[in-house]
Amino acid sequence: MSDNKKWYSLDLGLNNKKESSGSCGCGKSEGSCSSTPKEQVEEELSPEEFYEAAINASIGEERHRDGFEQVFDVKMDRRSAFKKLTASLLIGAGAVTTSCSVTTGSDTKEKAQIDWEEQFKGNYKLMTDEEKQGTINRLMRSYELRTDKKINMTAENAAEDVLFGYAFNISKCQGYMNCVNACVEENNQDRNSEMQYIRIHEMKDGEGFKFDKADDNYYHEVPAEGHFYMGTQCFHCDNPPCVEVCPVQATWKEEDGLVVIDYDWCVGCRYCMAACPYDGRRFNWSKPEVPEPEVNKNQHYLGNRMRKKGVMEKCTFCVQRTRKGKNPACVEACPTGARIFGNLLDPNSTIRWVLENKKVFRLKEDLGTEPKFWYFMD
Amino acid sequence: MGAFKVFKSLVVDSLDTITKGSKTYHLWMGFLTLVMLIGMYCYSIQLEEGLSATGMSDRVSWGLYISNFTFLVGVAAAAVMLVMPTYVLKDIDFKQAVLIGEGLAVAALIMCLAFVVADMGGPSVLWHMIPGIGVFNFPNSMLTWDVIVLNGYLFINISIPFYILFKHYQNKEAKKSVYVPGAIISVFWAVGIHLVTAFLYQGLQARPFWNNALLGPRFLASAFAAGPSLIILVLAVIRSFTAFKIEDKTIKKIAMIVTVAAQINLIMLVSELFKEFYAPTHHSESAYYLFFGLHGKNALLPWIWTAIPLNVLATVILTFNKFRNNLKVLYVCCFMLFVAIWIEKGFGLIVPGFIPGPYGKIVEYLPTGVEIGVTIGIWAMGAFVFTILAKTAIGIELGELRYKDKKA
Repeated sequence: MSDNKKWYSLDLGLNNKKESSGSCGCGKSEGSCSSTPKEQVEEELSPEEFYEAAINASIGEERHRDGFEQVFDVKMDRRSAFKKLTASLLIGAGAVTTSCSVTTGSDTKEKAQIDWEEQFKGNYKLMTDEEKQGTINRLMRSYELRTDKKINMTAENAAEDVLFGYAFNISKCQGYMNCVNACVEENNQDRNSEMQYIRIHEMKDGEGFKFDKADDNYYHEVPAEGHFYMGTQCFHCDNPPCVEVCPVQATWKEEDGLVVIDYDWCVGCRYCMAACPYDGRRFNWSKPEVPEPEVNKNQHYLGNRMRKKGVMEKCTFCVQRTRKGKNPACVEACPTGARIFGNLLDPNSTIRWVLENKKVFRLKEDLGTEPKFWYFMD
Repeated sequence: MGAFKVFKSLVVDSLDTITKGSKTYHLWMGFLTLVMLIGMYCYSIQLEEGLSATGMSDRVSWGLYISNFTFLVGVAAAAVMLVMPTYVLKDIDFKQAVLIGEGLAVAALIMCLAFVVADMGGPSVLWHMIPGIGVFNFPNSMLTWDVIVLNGYLFINISIPFYILFKHYQNKEAKKSVYVPGAIISVFWAVGIHLVTAFLYQGLQARPFWNNALLGPRFLASAFAAGPSLIILVLAVIRSFTAFKIEDKTIKKIAMIVTVAAQINLIMLVSELFKEFYAPTHHSESAYYLFFGLHGKNALLPWIWTAIPLNVLATVILTFNKFRNNLKVLYVCCFMLFVAIWIEKGFGLIVPGFIPGPYGKIVEYLPTGVEIGVTIGIWAMGAFVFTILAKTAIGIELGELRYKDKKA
């Protein structure tokens, strides 16, 4: 069925559920299934064959070559060649800048060295784990040199068998906006421009979802009589149009479904902003500022670390929290329990219960973006 | 080695030509330099403060820069409308006009690239876009396609005229077998650059105002009206200021092209208006905003209601042979068309795409002084580049610039 589809659809693994521990592989839940004991299908390898296979696996075609060919005739794609060239250039340039200056202090030199390496580093998406660690070490050190305060930044990768999803209960939301405030504080958003990832739309009862008539910038007591509330933010689409259009792959979908941005790789063309049908992306029109005492110091490279002027940013489902097993700040801050977050691949998660037992819907489904953000009502 | 020596001599000679001229010429270049300096000052403010120095916001995230970029891609593409009759259809009339047209294309492309760079949030990391060193999201992102076609077109439009002029400079005849294939490629390439630029917008399902199949073809029609209009005006200026001979016949032929393109453009406009207003849906709101205003917000009304009457009037006048063949009337009509299409394909296309926003929010856009300064500065740069190119080309074509072999 899924082979000749003409549109994209989200695969939550609902159709190929993992067998839970209650039943065994044969599909029977009761009785024995031991009538056909599993046969050893693995072939026995003779010692010679094993030796041959091991050599093949380890050095492959290189054993047909000798010394010089092994070194110089290495298959290297352009990217790794450039990477090696850049690395050697960096070391050279770094050495020159450090050794040539006599008057500057060691802190200034280190700062310059870090800035230089940060300016010419690669795309985070393509980095190895060591390179990721390298850049976050530099960023932490740079912050320390500048402010004398320490921050803690991680580069935690996506865990296996995790796909994050979100559900929003329209009946429960009262428009208190605790989520908005928690989000701003958690994610170190620019205080000057009052950037907010979440928008709460106040709608009139009896008119349905009239977004164009809704007010997403209200300053009165809530819940207002005769109104209901609906929150929007980045929906972390499974088929995100913003990712497709980025000319430099500065934004991508992680293994656990989070749509993230490498702030240092973004060139600020804002094509993704035009491509997003959900108003999920924000741009730093000027240098973002957060008073130092208010900075959230538990950071993730792809999440709430400090941004710079002229780059995109957006909701990351609080990657710095959720990859550590916590809920996003908005979920934790919501006093009404309208916000539900969890692992879509875990059959026992609350979010799966909501998807299976509530009448859920998503916004602008006709666009084929497959948001991982559902709405429902009690 | 010989070729290199000739090239050196050409550079020296052309430097000599472009720094000498009448008082009017010096005044013109001085004026352009002043405007460029003002533009650079404005850009330095923008670099310092960030793009918050412009009128753009999270709600309307592209403005004057991208509008001008879109329009100028069309002007660049229009050079093909002169190349095709000359080299492909072998209509000799256009030969002198082609060099001018291609010079115009080069200037327009340089302006395009400048507008894109001006619009970037991080111009210092633009190397991320260079294939090989950076990460080039090809073929997924239409922006990468645009980078390829624009730079390719720039290369073609520099190399063909350069080859011809280089040969003429040495009193040699340019070989047809060398430049005709290039000219033929450039014909297809020109259609490509404008179509790809249209696809940049057309491919966004998030913006119903752009997401329609007519956008690409209408881009082409309007470009082939506005571009040659500009060429006619430029030829008129060159004719009256230099000894370069351009026959009336040539200008009238280009006028014919302008007329047909403008007529097709008008038909497409009618089709678009019919679709938006006969059975308006939720997706017609941007068009309503553009033409009539929405919920009391109507910043674009004066613009679009200037553009549409100018467009219709110019097209109707040009349709009558009697008026079109009167050069004075023709120049006025070309100017009207140029302005009308600049509004329509710039402001009138980019800004309403963002209004209303994805959730129906209406936030209007007005460019700031800094933004306008940078924009005018880039236009001055384009005019500056074109003047230099045209002056050298005309010098060579008139035989004033010739390679003098010192040995001979």
